[in-house]
This record gives sequence, structure tokens and C-alpha cells, in this order.
Amino acid sequence: MRCGVIVRKLGMSRVFNDIGEHIPVTVLRLEDVEVISTRSKEKDGYLAVQLGFGTRKAKHTTKPMRGVFAKAGVEPKERLAEFVVSEDALLNVGDKISVNHFVVGQKVDVVGTSQGKGFAGSMKRHNFGGMMASHGVSVSHRAHGSTGNSQDPGRVWKGKKMAGQMGNVRVTTQNLTVVKLIEDDNLILVQGSVPGSKNGIIMLSDAYKHKLPNDAPFPAGLFINNSKVVKEEEITADKVVINSDTENNDVKSDKLGGDVEA
Amino acid sequence: MNVIEKIEKEQMEKISLQREIPQFGAGDTIKVDVKIVEGEKERVQAFEGLCIARSGGGINENFTVRKISYGEGVERVFPIFSPKIAGITVLKRGKVRRAKLYYLRDRRGKSARIVEKIQVSKKNSKEAIKKSDVAEEIKA
Repeated sequence: MRCGVIVRKLGMSRVFNDIGEHIPVTVLRLEDVEVISTRSKEKDGYLAVQLGFGTRKAKHTTKPMRGVFAKAGVEPKERLAEFVVSEDALLNVGDKISVNHFVVGQKVDVVGTSQGKGFAGSMKRHNFGGMMASHGVSVSHRAHGSTGNSQDPGRVWKGKKMAGQMGNVRVTTQNLTVVKLIEDDNLILVQGSVPGSKNGIIMLSDAYKHKLPNDAPFPAGLFINNSKVVKEEEITADKVVINSDTENNDVKSDKLGGDVEA
Repeated sequence: MNVIEKIEKEQMEKISLQREIPQFGAGDTIKVDVKIVEGEKERVQAFEGLCIARSGGGINENFTVRKISYGEGVERVFPIFSPKIAGITVLKRGKVRRAKLYYLRDRRGKSARIVEKIQVSKKNSKEAIKKSDVAEEIKA
């Protein structure tokens, strides 16, 4: 299981594909996503990668947090998040993740904080029908109506749908398709809408319900010396050998197999 | 520049290079060549009619074409920067006084014939020609 990335939602646009079909896309941007620290089985009881996103001025960072960033040897970050990973997908502190972490056509899960709607009535919040416009109804046209039975049980059931705070909660949208990657601007274009407002910070990870494509860089798609992205890390070398044995027709695996032989 | 504007501009420029996008608006009679894929073959089908509206902006700009086909009104909305359009040609310029000609939907026959009234503009052009002729004569 690979780690995800932290991105900023820039807004929506449209893209026409090769057949001329229109695809609505959300534009997401990676801003200096770096590994701040890792969690280990021995020390923390679980395996995870902690990523940092964006930049924050040092004077706006608390002293304890400054210590955390100093330890990682990176500039203070705007947002931190942990991604649980499998043992072979652990990264080193300071690794920079690029948009090539993902592959076009891949499915991703998106986590964000939905737009807050404030204290909303039952009609807006739970799609209740409200009451009649006439026929003797007064004052309570948008009210929810009865909230339950009488003396038995003599109380309102837990979880009864009522008016209350709507939105501004963590929302996950599953199985969105990656439409396009723009390396120069660190952009990821994802089909469809993504929870949250513009400039909101969003977590993007491989889809839980879909298999990872074979050509996805395994531990992670990283920047190396701020230049070209290296897709295969040393750890995957074993996997590559297996691939070249099984899929000889695959041009790519042939290539990589050649590397291994050399 | 805004990142999203940049993405949209790139796509618009790509389409603008492939085909010319003429200036036209509501009231103009236009012919839209639409690419149609049948199996593996691709052919072009023309949709000819009156442009009754342009809406949206930038890459999201659309235009609506209305025609009467076998006695039935048919409208199609095309994105201006759609890759499915092979070309747009303006056949007639119409003289209209509003940007959206939705009132044509309620009309049939003579009263829906805005385009015909637009012949005035042709007269104008004729007059313009006459004037230019006169000017030439004077020069001569």
C-alpha cells in the first residue's frame, strides 16, 4: 500500500479527450510535498509516512513544530498528514513526491472537508419534504413534523434526523479517475468534483476498491535532485525481475529486464 | 496567470489552430460541420440553421443552432471549442435586436422568419455598393 499525497484544490475546469468528449475536471496542485517523518512498528506500533504540504512562515510556526521541521531538515509546512503504508512502501525523510506518483487513468480516493452550510433545516439537510403550503398549515411549512412515538418509548430515538450543522465535515469521495498530469506546474486533473472549497487542502490516495496499475511507480513517484522523476526504486528491483519473467511481451518490462541483466 | 486559465487557454489555442472560428452571433444562419464516427470511419455531417444564442465564456462558451427539420423544430447546442466540430461557416448575417432569440420557439412560418427581415442588411450592403460606385464615378 503506497502513501497518498496532500494537494490543494484550485477549482474546476473542463477537458476534451481524444474522441472529443467533454470531461469535467478538478484541478489539484502539489506544493512541495515532502516526507517529514515515518512511523515504525517498533516505536509507534504501526507503519506510516508523515507528509508535509506547502510552506508556512517560520514566525507563524510554533516553537515545538519548528523543532519537528528542523529534525526533518525541511522548511516549515502548512499542513501535515499521515498515510498508512505497507512495509515495502516506506519512504525516507526528506523525499519529495511529484505528480508522477499517479498514472493517467488510475482511480483515486479523495478526502476533504466539505463546504460548511451552517445550521440547516431538515429539508435542506436530510431532504425532508416539509409540510403543505395550505390546507391549514401555519408557520411550520418547512418543519420536520413528528419526531417519534408517544409514551412508548417516551423519548426520541438516537440518530433521529433533525436540523443541525450541515457540511464542514470530513468527506471521502471514492474512485475518481486521474485524467491528466501536468508536470511543469505540479498539477493533477481528476475527473468530477472533489469535496471542499477552492484553495482547500485535500488528501489524495490510491483507490481502496481498485487495483493499483502496474505502471504506477511503486514506493512513490519522487523528485530526485529536483529534476527528473525516478519511477522505480531499488526496492522494486525484485518485482521488476518477476514482471520480466511473466510478461515478456510487455515492452516496458523487457526494457527494465535488460537493465537488471546489465 | 491563473493555473486554470492557463489550462483552458492551451486547449482553446489548440482548437483555434485546427480550424478558424468565425465571428457570428444570434440571428446569423450558420453551417456547422460535425464529425461523426461510425465504427472505424469518420465522416462530416452538416447541421445548418439559425444561431439563436451564444452563452458562456472562455472554453465554456456554447452556441445554439435551431432549424426546422421535417416540420419539427430541432435545436443543438455546441461548445465553440469542441473537437467534434470540423468547421463553422456563416451563410447569412441576420439583423436582430436581442442576444437570445428564444421567442422563435413559439413561432411558426412567416412570423419565425427573422432571417428574411434581415434582408434589410443586404439592401444596406447594396446601397453601400452603390455609394462606392458613385464614389468611384466621382473619382473617375
